[in-house]
Amino acid sequence: MNETYRALAEFAQTWGLLYFVGLFACVLFYALSPKNKKQFEDAARLPLSED
Amino acid sequence: MSQPNTPGAEFSGSGATEPGVDQSGRKKLTFGEGGLAIVFAFLTVSCITVAAKATDPAYAFHAYLSAFASLATVFVIFNRYFDRPAALPPLEIDGKPNYNFGPVKFATLAAMFWGIAGFLVGVVIAFQLAFPVLNLDLPWTAFGRLRPLHTSAVIFAFGGNVLLATSFYVVQRTSRARLAGYLAPWFVVLGYNFFIVIAGTGYLLGITQGKEYAEPEWYADLWLTVVWVTYLLVFLATLWRRREPHIYVANWFYLAFIVTIAMLHLGNNASIPVSVFSPKSYIVWSGVQDAMVQWWYGHNAVGFFLTAGFLAIMYYFIPKRADRPVYSYRLSIVHFWALIFIYIWAGPHHLHYTALPDWAQTLGMTFSIILWMPSWGGMINGLMTLSGAWDKLRTDPVLRIMVVSVAFYGMSTFEGPLMSVKSVNSLSHYTDWTIGHVHSGALGWVAYISFGAIYCLVPWLWKKRELYSLRLVNWHFWISTIGIVFYISSMWVAGILQGLMWRAYTSLGFLEYSFIETVEAMHPFYLIRAVGGVLFLVGALLMAFNLYMTIREPGAAEADSGVRNPSLVPAE
Repeated sequence: MNETYRALAEFAQTWGLLYFVGLFACVLFYALSPKNKKQFEDAARLPLSED
Repeated sequence: MSQPNTPGAEFSGSGATEPGVDQSGRKKLTFGEGGLAIVFAFLTVSCITVAAKATDPAYAFHAYLSAFASLATVFVIFNRYFDRPAALPPLEIDGKPNYNFGPVKFATLAAMFWGIAGFLVGVVIAFQLAFPVLNLDLPWTAFGRLRPLHTSAVIFAFGGNVLLATSFYVVQRTSRARLAGYLAPWFVVLGYNFFIVIAGTGYLLGITQGKEYAEPEWYADLWLTVVWVTYLLVFLATLWRRREPHIYVANWFYLAFIVTIAMLHLGNNASIPVSVFSPKSYIVWSGVQDAMVQWWYGHNAVGFFLTAGFLAIMYYFIPKRADRPVYSYRLSIVHFWALIFIYIWAGPHHLHYTALPDWAQTLGMTFSIILWMPSWGGMINGLMTLSGAWDKLRTDPVLRIMVVSVAFYGMSTFEGPLMSVKSVNSLSHYTDWTIGHVHSGALGWVAYISFGAIYCLVPWLWKKRELYSLRLVNWHFWISTIGIVFYISSMWVAGILQGLMWRAYTSLGFLEYSFIETVEAMHPFYLIRAVGGVLFLVGALLMAFNLYMTIREPGAAEADSGVRNPSLVPAE
């Protein structure tokens, strides 16, 4: 039991951390990428430009 | 009506013809109509069989109720079939989406009805706590049965119908597409409300799993699963046929809410019934695992039902009402992903100082504190949407309700992580501070953003220029806000007093106060809380009257002046 816990904790504290940081970096990149700027500016106006 | 250029594709039978029409252009039963009628006819017979052999009279009552509802459904399906024209409603008329607002209207009215019922029961149980004689010494009116009736009525019946109504509205408008399905949206809305009836009457008759916010027994849970999966499919299919390339951020929040609630519901209700003829079931998890699953469910009901779903409302209705785009669309994307990835881990903070392993408690606490970031990011995004339009707060009470709701969101998401810190929790846990915290979120955030959304929706849906009276909205706002302040401030004082009394020791190391002394000390605060609840209920009654008059009024209401913003006029 204790061994299982230690193994799981070690996995979570290393790979889990990297996974979340990586994921967050991807989200930031997607959100802040200049390539998407225009698309998001249009999207922000979506509710206002309904027919 | 013009001829359909595209058929309503769902539930269509095989073959080249349009659904609902045969080769020679005559009306025929669609696969959905026929299939559903057969399923419900079968359900009618099954429910009568179960009712006849039920071990428990309350369960037999539910079986008869289901049999009756199933039979009524068969009747309604055929009635609708005989009344409809041969072709199903077109997706577009003259190049414009032919929106399906019938189910949205129903859910909006149902939300208002259940809201008032839920607030009323809340007031009753608040007075029961102050004056126990009001339990009436009857099992059906005891606090223990009325309390889940109150929580379910406000969260699932009021909040749930608001989410159904707004999600079906927003997904259509931001996708510029008609809601998918012919009978499916109605099945979702009516089926969900039938679940509410079964759940609520079950609590009064003593049927419960005894799990907070997951009280309905296995058969109600099974029914809700079917309804919820249909909800997900209708939502996805509508997104699928969207004419906008981008999926607006509100839809992401709705989708996260629908998917996560499905997952939580299945996980926390993995129970095995004693028999089909009995309402009783047993959960497959045991001991502390069951507690952990329950609060994984319980806290994410807060995170995904009461937060993600209502943030979707914030991201659509505040920009719409303020006539300003979202402050930062990029922030909304970061907000979304951060919120859904962090919330899911916060549940263990409900189990501090219990048999749950220490590391799991610390994990729950840590994630609760990290939640500050996305919560406040979202709050700032909502509030800053008004930049350049702050003057509208002075003239538009509907916008004011929504902005105050976002402020309450900020306050309660500050308080929540604070209370999840173990040393704070050792004082606050099991006290009325928790109740105060929940209500600053539920009344201040969830109910207020819902009121704002309904105040917007009703004139849009019923094609009126504005509400019957904005002055009444103003009264509603102030009366309810004073009610909320009474409620949460009395509960702060009560909770901290309670916590301090429980941990007070004499110089000899004995407890300073007996438990009943701490109960007596609560009396004045319970009275103030009950008055706060009455004020909140009065506000909601004003709202119901205002909505009734708005719908009834022929054409537009011209009564109030000053806030005629042409962009707020319904665009339909």
